[in-house]
Amino acid sequence: MAILEIRNLSKSFGSLNVLNDISFDVEKGEAVAVIGPSGSGKSTLLRCVTQLEKAGGGTIRLCDTDMFAPGPNGKSVYADKQTLRDIRLKTGLVFQNFNLFPHMTVLRNITEAPVCVLKKSRQEAQDTAMELLRKMGLESKAKSYPCELSGGQQQRVSIARALALNPEILFFDEPTSALDPELTGEILKVIKELAADGMTMVIVTHEMGFARDVADKIIFMEGGYIVEQGEPEQLFGDNASERTKQFLSRYSGV
Amino acid sequence: MSSLFGLMLEYTIPTLKIFAFTLLYSIPLGMVVALLKMCRFKPISWLTNIYILIMRGTPLLLQLIVAQYSVPYIVRSELCPAFLKALLENVDIRSEDYTFNMMLFAFVLNYAAYFAEIFRGGIESIPKGQYEAAGALGFGKLQTFFRIILPQVIKRVVPASSNEIITLVKDTSLASAIPYMEIMYIAKKQVPLYASLMPLFMAGVFYFAFATVLTVIFSYVEKKLDYYR
Repeated sequence: MAILEIRNLSKSFGSLNVLNDISFDVEKGEAVAVIGPSGSGKSTLLRCVTQLEKAGGGTIRLCDTDMFAPGPNGKSVYADKQTLRDIRLKTGLVFQNFNLFPHMTVLRNITEAPVCVLKKSRQEAQDTAMELLRKMGLESKAKSYPCELSGGQQQRVSIARALALNPEILFFDEPTSALDPELTGEILKVIKELAADGMTMVIVTHEMGFARDVADKIIFMEGGYIVEQGEPEQLFGDNASERTKQFLSRYSGV
Repeated sequence: MSSLFGLMLEYTIPTLKIFAFTLLYSIPLGMVVALLKMCRFKPISWLTNIYILIMRGTPLLLQLIVAQYSVPYIVRSELCPAFLKALLENVDIRSEDYTFNMMLFAFVLNYAAYFAEIFRGGIESIPKGQYEAAGALGFGKLQTFFRIILPQVIKRVVPASSNEIITLVKDTSLASAIPYMEIMYIAKKQVPLYASLMPLFMAGVFYFAFATVLTVIFSYVEKKLDYYR
C-alpha cells in the first residue's frame, strides 16, 4: 500500500521551475533516499509534501487522502484546512538545523505537541517521550536545554520529537548536513534502526554510502526533474544512466 | 526640612501613578501595534507606520500639551463629526481626571510606539525554522505564537525594554509642564520658597534611586531568563 503517492508534481518560484513532472510512490515500511546536486529541488520537494511550501500542480496523496489534487477545472487545489491538518499529524519532519524550541527542556520539546495538539495527558506524553529518549540514548538529557547538547544529540531529540506524534511517514531534510562528520554517524545509526523497525521514511541526503545501505529505493534528482529512480543496486550499478554515474563518481569510496 | 521631605515624598505618588499606568497600557498596546505593523494587509501596516513615525518623530512634551489642550479646538472645528462633538462637549476639561487621563493618553500612545518597534524587532528575529517546526508538529497559528514564539521574544526584548522603561522614569517629569502636580512640579515650586536647591536635589535623588532599583530588577530578570541561549 502506498503511503505517499506523487504524480506530475510541479512547482515554480516566479518564472523559475524548481520541480517538474515529479512522480513516485513510497510504500508502507519503505525507506526512500532522495539524492542529487545542490539546487536540484530535493528540499523543495520535501517542503511541498510537508506543506511548508505551496505546490504548483499535480497530485500529492498522503495516507490515502488527497492533499493536493486536480479539481473540477483541472487545476490542482489543496484539501480543506481540517484535512490538511489531519495529514500533517500523520507526517513527521526532521530538519537540517534541528529547529528545536530553545526555551523548552528536551522533555518539553517532545511532549509539547502531543499535549497541546493531540490533547494527550502530560503523564502519558512524558512516558512516551522518555521511552523515545531511551531509544535515542538520551535519557539523562531529559531535563537539559537544547543549547546544552551537541549537534548530534539535538538532532536525535528532534527525531524523537517527530516520532512522539506517532507519524505514519517520516521525512528527513538533510539530517546530517549541519553536523560535524564525526557526529553524522550517530544520526545515520538512528535512521538505520528506524528503517529496521519498518518506519516509512523519505530521506533527502548527501550521504551516498548511507543511501545505498539503508534505502529500499533511491531517487536521483537534478534541475527539478527526477533523472532516475530505482533500487540502490540499479543506481549504483553499471546499468545506471550516464548522468547518475557521473554524479555518483564524485563521491569517492562509493 | 523634614516637612519638605514629607511633601516631596507625597508627590512621588502621582509620579509613580503615571509610570505604572503608562506601562500597564503601553506594553500590551505596543504588542498589538507591532502585530498591526507586521500585518500583511498593507494599508493597515502603512497606517501603523505613520502613527509610529509621528510618535517617535515629535517631542513627547509637544504630544502631552496637544493632548491636554486640543479638545476645545476639536469641538469648535467645522470638520468635527457630530457624534464626536456630542461626546466631547460633555467633557469637563477642568477636572483633575481629565488632566490625568489626557496626559496618560499621550504617554501611552508615545510609549506604545517605542515598545511596538522593540517587539517587532524581537518577533522578526525569531528564525523561520521555529514557525516551520511548530507547523510540522501540528500547532495552530495562535498556539505557535503564544507557546513557541512569544516566550522567546520576551527574552530577546527584555534588554531594550528595560532601557525604555528606565527612560520613562525620567520622562514622567515632563508632566510638570502641563502642569500636572508630580514630584518635578513640586520641586520647582519649592525652590523659591526655601531659597535652596534642596528640593531639586531631592527630586534628583528620587529619580536616581527609582532608576537604580529598576536597573537591579532588570539585570536580575535577564539573569533569570539566561537559562537557555
